[in-house]
Formats: sequence, C-alpha cells, structure tokens
Amino acid sequence: MMSNTSFILLLIGCTLVTFIPRVIPFLVARNFTISEPVEKWLSYLPVCIFTGLIVESLLETSGSTGIRINWEALLATIPTIIVAFLSKSLLTTVLFGVVCMAIVRLIM
Amino acid sequence: MQSLKYEKQKEQQTLSYLDGVKDCIPTLLGYISIGLAMGVVGVSSGLSVLHVFLLATFVYAGASQFIICAMIAAASPISAIILTTFIVNLRHLLLSSALAPKFTQYSVLKNIGIGSLVTDESFGVAITKIARKEPINDRWMNGLNLTAYLVWIGACTIGGYIGGWFPDPEQFGLDYALPAMFIALLILQLQTIKPTKLKHYLLLITLMIICMLVFSTFLSSSLSVIISTIIVATIGVVTDK
Repeated sequence: MMSNTSFILLLIGCTLVTFIPRVIPFLVARNFTISEPVEKWLSYLPVCIFTGLIVESLLETSGSTGIRINWEALLATIPTIIVAFLSKSLLTTVLFGVVCMAIVRLIM
Repeated sequence: MQSLKYEKQKEQQTLSYLDGVKDCIPTLLGYISIGLAMGVVGVSSGLSVLHVFLLATFVYAGASQFIICAMIAAASPISAIILTTFIVNLRHLLLSSALAPKFTQYSVLKNIGIGSLVTDESFGVAITKIARKEPINDRWMNGLNLTAYLVWIGACTIGGYIGGWFPDPEQFGLDYALPAMFIALLILQLQTIKPTKLKHYLLLITLMIICMLVFSTFLSSSLSVIISTIIVATIGVVTDK
C-alpha cells in the first residue's frame, strides 16, 4: 500500500524519466548527428538490457546469502524462448509464456 | 526516375492519419493482452484502478509499469523505483535516435508529440516501413502512436477493474507476461542482426549473463542490470570489427 503523496511523487518522477529519453533525440537530431562509436554503443543496448532483464527474472536475490535460481521461472523460460524463435511474434510469445508459467505453478 | 520520386512525394503527402491507425492494428492484440495483465498485476500490487490509469497515461511504458508495480509490492524506496524506471527506459533513447532523423522537417512541438509516444512496438512498425523504403509522415506516425496509446490506457484500466476477479494473478502466470515480453523482444532483436554479427552478439549475451550472476551476489538485481549493460555494451564497441 502506498500513500497518495508518495504515489504522486513516484508518478511525476517516472513520467519525467520516461519522457526525457524518448523526446531528447527528437530535439537533438535537428541540430547534430550522433558520433559513430556512440551510435554503436546505443545499438548494443537493447540486446544487453533484455538479456539482463531476463536473467534478473531468473534469479531470486535473498539478501546477504547471495543468489538463487528461480526454478519456476527457468522452467517457463526455456519453452518460451523456443516459441519466440519459432513464432517471431510478440503476442504469441507472451500468451504462451503466461500459460506456461500457469502450468508450471499448477504442477510445482 | 524523376516521376518515381514525384510519385513517392505524392504518396508521402497523401499518407493519412487513418493509414497510421490501420498499420497499428496488427500490434493491438499485444497491447491489449499485456495491458490487461498490467492492470491485474497493478491492482494485486496494492494500487487502485485510478493509479493504474495514471501510470498508463503518464508513464506509458509496459516494462516500466510492471517493474514499478513489482517494486511497490516489495516496498522499495521511491528513488530506487524512479532510477530503475529511468534505466529500463534508456533504450528509448536508441529507438528515438533511429526515428528522429525522419521527422526533422516538422516543428519542435510535433517532434515532442511524436517522441513522447514512441514504444518498442510503434518503433518496430515505423522502422520496418522505413527499411522497406516506404514513405512515412507526421500524420501517419501520429495515427500509429495515438491508436496504440489509447488502446494501452484502455487495456490497463479494464485490467485494473477485472483485477478484483483475480486475487492471485500469479496463479495464472500473469506476472510472467513481462519476462515473456522481454524474451520476445530479445529474440526479435537478434533476428534483425546480420548473420556475420551473430557470433559477436552471442558473446555479448554470454558476458551479460556472467556479469549479472557476479553483480547480483552483492548488488540489487536492477542495479546489476544497469552496470552489466554499461560494461558489456562498452565491450561490444571495443571488440567490434
């Protein structure tokens, strides 16, 4: 549960940090172009971020005792990756992943 | 050649708002399913339907909204939630950088309007059209963006209302909609990469996994994502031939 004041603070902060990265390139592109190394660096971001976020979903961080693998998530992730490769579809992958996780939780 | 160029210009001028709406339709089911899941998960994290509606309207970023809800449920400090949202959305810098050069002839205000509604999916539709050398213009992009925006807000809000029917959305795997979306986005990214570069990317993915495992042992997992990404993307630039 969260108080209205903290929610509004959160909303304003999150609005700014999502708005700024989206809009700045549209303002900057009018004046100059991005240098090649920066462009390359930016081009590696999506693959790195998505890999990082997927690994994050597979880990259970339990404070000072280090990391543990979230077996439920791992069991759902492997078939979901295969379906993503085969279907090449965002929607199919998401629906399959959700059903997969529901089945894993039903069994485990 | 001259007439072809003329045809193209004519086509660009006649491309309408409604064409953008039409081109958005194939992605709508994705927005609807993830949006509904988002609303259900939001309400189960302790948010009200109004909160869910406000997040969808102002933050308008699927991944961030899921992470915000998860962190609220875990009682994370607001500063950590905002920082994580910032990091997760930094990729929009890349998406917008790729699209922005196509809209430099329009006013600053129009550019802000187009930029503020860029999403992974609307970027995908627009960049595919550009890659096919089809014309795009401001009206088309606004049609595409606004359709997605309104459908997203609607789906999240409806999800919030029906959230009450699912007191335990995890039982139905709904919280997994987000990791599944990341998997799909990663695989879709990899499929646009030239085969000669694939080996390089696989190396980076392996390095990312190693970095995540190492950093997660002593840092929060969201901070690990940020630091690993900065390190591995830099290694990517250095080792690129």
